Amino acid sequence: MILRLAIGSLSARSLTVAMTVLAIALSVTLFLGVEKVRTGAKASFADTISGTDLIVGARSGSVQLLLYSVFRIGNATNNVTWESYQDIAARPEVAWIVPISLGDSHRQFRVMGTTVDFFERYKYRRGRALEVVDGALIADLFDTVIGADVATALGYKVGDPIVVAHGIASFSEHKDQPFRVSGILEKTGTPVDRTVLVSLEAIEAIHVDWQNGAQVPGQSTPADVIRQMELTPKAVTAALIGVESPLQTFALQRAINEYPDEPLLAVLPGVALQELWAIVGVAETALLGVSAMVVVTALIGMMATIFSSLNERRREMAIFRAMGARPTTIMGLLVLEAVLTAAVGALLGVLFLYLGLTIAQPVIDSAFGLWLPIEAPSMRELWVLLGVVAAGAIVSLVPAFRAYRLSLADGMTVRT
Amino acid sequence: MTADGPILFLNDVRFRWPGRVSFALSVPEFSVPPGETVLLLGESGSGKSTLLSLICGTVLAESGCVHITGADLSNLSGGQRDRFRAEQIGMIFQQFNLLPFGSVLDNVLLPLRFAPARRGRVSNGRAEAHDLCMALGLPDVLGNKASTLSVGQQQRVAVARAMIGRPPIIIADEPTSALDASSQSAFLDLLFAQVQAHGTTLLMVSHDPRLGERFDRVIAMDDIAQIERQAA
Repeated sequence: MILRLAIGSLSARSLTVAMTVLAIALSVTLFLGVEKVRTGAKASFADTISGTDLIVGARSGSVQLLLYSVFRIGNATNNVTWESYQDIAARPEVAWIVPISLGDSHRQFRVMGTTVDFFERYKYRRGRALEVVDGALIADLFDTVIGADVATALGYKVGDPIVVAHGIASFSEHKDQPFRVSGILEKTGTPVDRTVLVSLEAIEAIHVDWQNGAQVPGQSTPADVIRQMELTPKAVTAALIGVESPLQTFALQRAINEYPDEPLLAVLPGVALQELWAIVGVAETALLGVSAMVVVTALIGMMATIFSSLNERRREMAIFRAMGARPTTIMGLLVLEAVLTAAVGALLGVLFLYLGLTIAQPVIDSAFGLWLPIEAPSMRELWVLLGVVAAGAIVSLVPAFRAYRLSLADGMTVRT
Repeated sequence: MTADGPILFLNDVRFRWPGRVSFALSVPEFSVPPGETVLLLGESGSGKSTLLSLICGTVLAESGCVHITGADLSNLSGGQRDRFRAEQIGMIFQQFNLLPFGSVLDNVLLPLRFAPARRGRVSNGRAEAHDLCMALGLPDVLGNKASTLSVGQQQRVAVARAMIGRPPIIIADEPTSALDASSQSAFLDLLFAQVQAHGTTLLMVSHDPRLGERFDRVIAMDDIAQIERQAA
């Protein structure tokens, strides 16, 4: 009956209570949403590369190597010579190796030279392979396969010509050797979407007439001649390696790091991702902190609402007192009321979250390549909800204590 | 104190509102035997509300003793006095007696929530509440929200609430002042019928001496209590 009366009292003030519930619900939605995006981003970050055991590049930092080889952010400080690459490829621990050659670009997108193995070996989102949605893989020297974002941003179709620029954000183009779009990849949510993939030989081919980063004036070798040339690269930027057995990963890493002929670096993608996430994590914590503050603000709003309701409810408290309710009962009523408000707010917040996720999930996936799973609330989220209700009870103690004092002083009479 | 002694007994009581030096109430002696109906007459400001608060135990006297059904209130803790009030006293206010958002049934049963002994005397709360409402001439309103009732109906619901579980004392604080003359009379008829049917002691406070003829005894506030006022 007390619960029924508390609910009755709340519904008698339904407008202000609804506002409070809404504020709490929205703050809870925000908090859980940020949490969702955070874990989703972290997962999709970790999903960028899977199935690769080691990444090899010139010696620099592990995060830097990861950034330029997988995320195409920044540049390599140095290359790996073809001889070293061959040496590593020949090692018994190596099951497969895929070279990566970076340095050129097309419009705002990076061009990456690699072998056909890349399409087979590169995996994302827990083992998913790249799929060609339109056209076919690289067959000719001047064929290119483009990522989904490249295709949408530039409006390319299979068969369109592409001119690759030398370097990045550069105006000197490899006009003499245009490429042809042979295939378009499925959207992956990884940096591959923003990459123009060509064969390793093609990277050599477009640089035949180039020396020291500039085209030799007047020199332009026809494509037919280039096709006849020996196009083995002199160096690659990095390489992805799969080992025969996971147990050999560390031995191979050590061997590469101590490679005597050239300073090389091998990193485990997972470890490098962790390092990278630790750097990004500060912003993540800040975001979480801000949304937690929003929840606190909503709860303080509720406290203010309870406070302002106290005066108009002195009659109600006097009736309870006259019926024999103790001041602590009055206090309990107010806390109960706050707990109900906070609980309804929290539940509504969860409802809003799932509603929002259902609507926004496909949009976010296609726009940002970020997949936010719709699943039952995690233990952590349940604790957050419980925390909101508990915090609601705690902040309500302040007005509840005032009600206690008022009802003790007023007794059954209402002095206004 | 024996069962034959007064149900309500105040002796040499002095009271001062905390923080207010300008007002003090003293009651040398006041007693009511069981089953008596008493009208206490006094103008507003005569200390009526304070006296009722003393009797109900929401405030404690500075000195002297307040005995209700044989128990000395000053020996009880705050919580015990609240429980005691719930068990012994049915309270009717001037107006706004009911929780407007609650149903009539919830309002009538509310005191039982705080009074286990009274609850024990009511086997079926809904049936009891229904009978009381019928006896008080109320239509079938148990499920209605209290705020939908007229003032006269609300006052009768308040009587039902005061009577439920048969507390030994009913205290009514100007229960008729919000009613017009004809409703007043009808209301008092019903109240007296209930009180007499159960042998309940009734202490009613009013400023209206015309109500006096129904009561066993009419006392002026000035005769039992002195108020000291100091110029601020």
